[in-house]
Amino acid sequence: MSKRIDVKDLNVYYGNFLAVEDVSINIEAKSVTAFIGPSGCGKSTFLRTLNRMHEVLPGARVEGEVLLDGDNLYGPGVDPVTVRSQIGMVFQRPNPFPTMSIRDNVLAGVKLNNQKISKGEADALVERSLRGANLWNEVKDRLEKPGSGLSGGQQQRLCIARAIAVEPQVILMDEPCSALDPISTLAVEDLINELKDQYTVVIVTHNMQQAARVSDKTAFFNIAGTGKPGKLIEFAETSTIFNNPSQKATEDYVSGRFG
Amino acid sequence: MTSTLTPVRKRSALTKGQLPKYAPYVVLGVALVLGAAILALIGFNAFGWGVVSAVLFAAGLVGWSGAVEGARKAKDKLATCLVVGAFLVALLPLISVIWTVMVNGIPGLLNPGFLGTSMNGVTGVFDNRAAEGTGPVVGGIYHALLGTVQITLLATVISVPVGLLTAIYLVEYGNDRPLARAITFFVDVMTGIPSIVAGLFAAAFFFAVVGPGTKTGAVAAVALSVLMIPVVVRSSEEMLKIVPNELREASYALGVRKWRTILKVVIPTAISGIASGVTLAIARVIGETAPILVTAGFATSINNNVFGGWMASLPTFIYTQILNPTSPSNPDPSSQRAWGAALVLIILVMLLNLGARLIARVFAPKTGR
Repeated sequence: MSKRIDVKDLNVYYGNFLAVEDVSINIEAKSVTAFIGPSGCGKSTFLRTLNRMHEVLPGARVEGEVLLDGDNLYGPGVDPVTVRSQIGMVFQRPNPFPTMSIRDNVLAGVKLNNQKISKGEADALVERSLRGANLWNEVKDRLEKPGSGLSGGQQQRLCIARAIAVEPQVILMDEPCSALDPISTLAVEDLINELKDQYTVVIVTHNMQQAARVSDKTAFFNIAGTGKPGKLIEFAETSTIFNNPSQKATEDYVSGRFG
Repeated sequence: MTSTLTPVRKRSALTKGQLPKYAPYVVLGVALVLGAAILALIGFNAFGWGVVSAVLFAAGLVGWSGAVEGARKAKDKLATCLVVGAFLVALLPLISVIWTVMVNGIPGLLNPGFLGTSMNGVTGVFDNRAAEGTGPVVGGIYHALLGTVQITLLATVISVPVGLLTAIYLVEYGNDRPLARAITFFVDVMTGIPSIVAGLFAAAFFFAVVGPGTKTGAVAAVALSVLMIPVVVRSSEEMLKIVPNELREASYALGVRKWRTILKVVIPTAISGIASGVTLAIARVIGETAPILVTAGFATSINNNVFGGWMASLPTFIYTQILNPTSPSNPDPSSQRAWGAALVLIILVMLLNLGARLIARVFAPKTGR
């Protein structure tokens, strides 16, 4: 239940502004890949192109190919909704639906699409997803309470449960821990380690220790200056990136001697 | 020298002169007395007394404060006086209106049968008897109340779908396209349309489509919806705009289609604001008089069919009772009925406003804490 992603010569635009230039990268199935780099270098933008969330913004477009197990996401006739149901996403700020209970938040992917599901199946799906997100024990007695009543870390794990409830092939995480305290961060990192048994995980992070802790491979993005496009500088095993990078810019960044 | 005791002062060095707590009351009392004295010289009246006393109070308090507390505190007192004064000026007409309507309206409202009977068969003869004291004031507003409810309900049924769908287009699909900008512009223009023009539009429209002289409750409802739609569009648009984009993205990321996202995530999140906006829009049009006069005429009997025949409403009832009293020689019973109807109308508007607050609270997303 996981697929690999291969990106070929991808250019990402906001209107006429080239935000990310010429990225080619191969993301293995059932692995954790981290994107690191300074703010504004296009990591999040690039991540959003992997499930066609980029084009939700007006004027945003993409050139190039993104292959999910060989199928081009940007091929003619591809329905972005199908893509997104296969490639889930967790956002920087926890965003549970405020009108829904915890249970309904987990079932959102099913219920919002009006799929029929029996109560027994729904209960099983809720439990499985919440267990998968390490949240079951904390919320099992208050599933009918609103999701917005949980703490920030719990809300973020609820969002992860919501994302895995639709059983995607790939999970994208856009700085999932940047709004969380260290304990919640640890919980989410543990979760990522478990998720990679079943899913392909791609995570954007500003925290290099986090990238080192959770990822198998790391991609370093950089930007030459304001108004210039972001580029993929180096992509290798995480240990290589942090201990023996081939590029000077990577070494400067990971060792804190940036700029 | 081991002890460094601070000498005990009478007053902390950190304070300046302060007016005593009772200072405003003293100044107020002096201002009222002085104001009365001044007014007595030029002929006393309550309004003048209020104005002169207010000016004296502000001048006295600011002057005293300036002398004792310094310029900064004096300016603070001046600003406070201005703010409170503005508040009182704004409140005065409101209280005056409510008071007048209550005083004049309650006798009419307490008349037996006022809410339950129409004006059908009520002629000047009855009113003359009532004025002479030989008979009760008969007749009531049942037909007008019924008409107001029917016309407003139909207007709401027309306006809410149109207004809400327009707002959804503007916020979710418009993307600042020329069409969206044109709609926004014309909605703004429509907000400023005089209500009589809306009435004439509806009358002329039905004149052209149905036939000359078509006056029914439905025509009035169309006229009212012309006034209501821009209000509904504006308020719904604002409510949809404040739904965080993150929720839309969260829904898209689950593989949910855009229309389902709007229907099941965006609208439920904004529903409390939309519903209270609609209620306020109803409150806004329920008291319209001119458009109803030219579209539904005025009836004295009960009309249950909104699509046929003239129909009364509370505002037009008030208007005709005052302008054309049932008994021209004894207008008092008519004006009593008019005031009673006015009170009922104000109560209706108040209930709608309370309803809007209740709706906003009931539908608001639960925090669960």
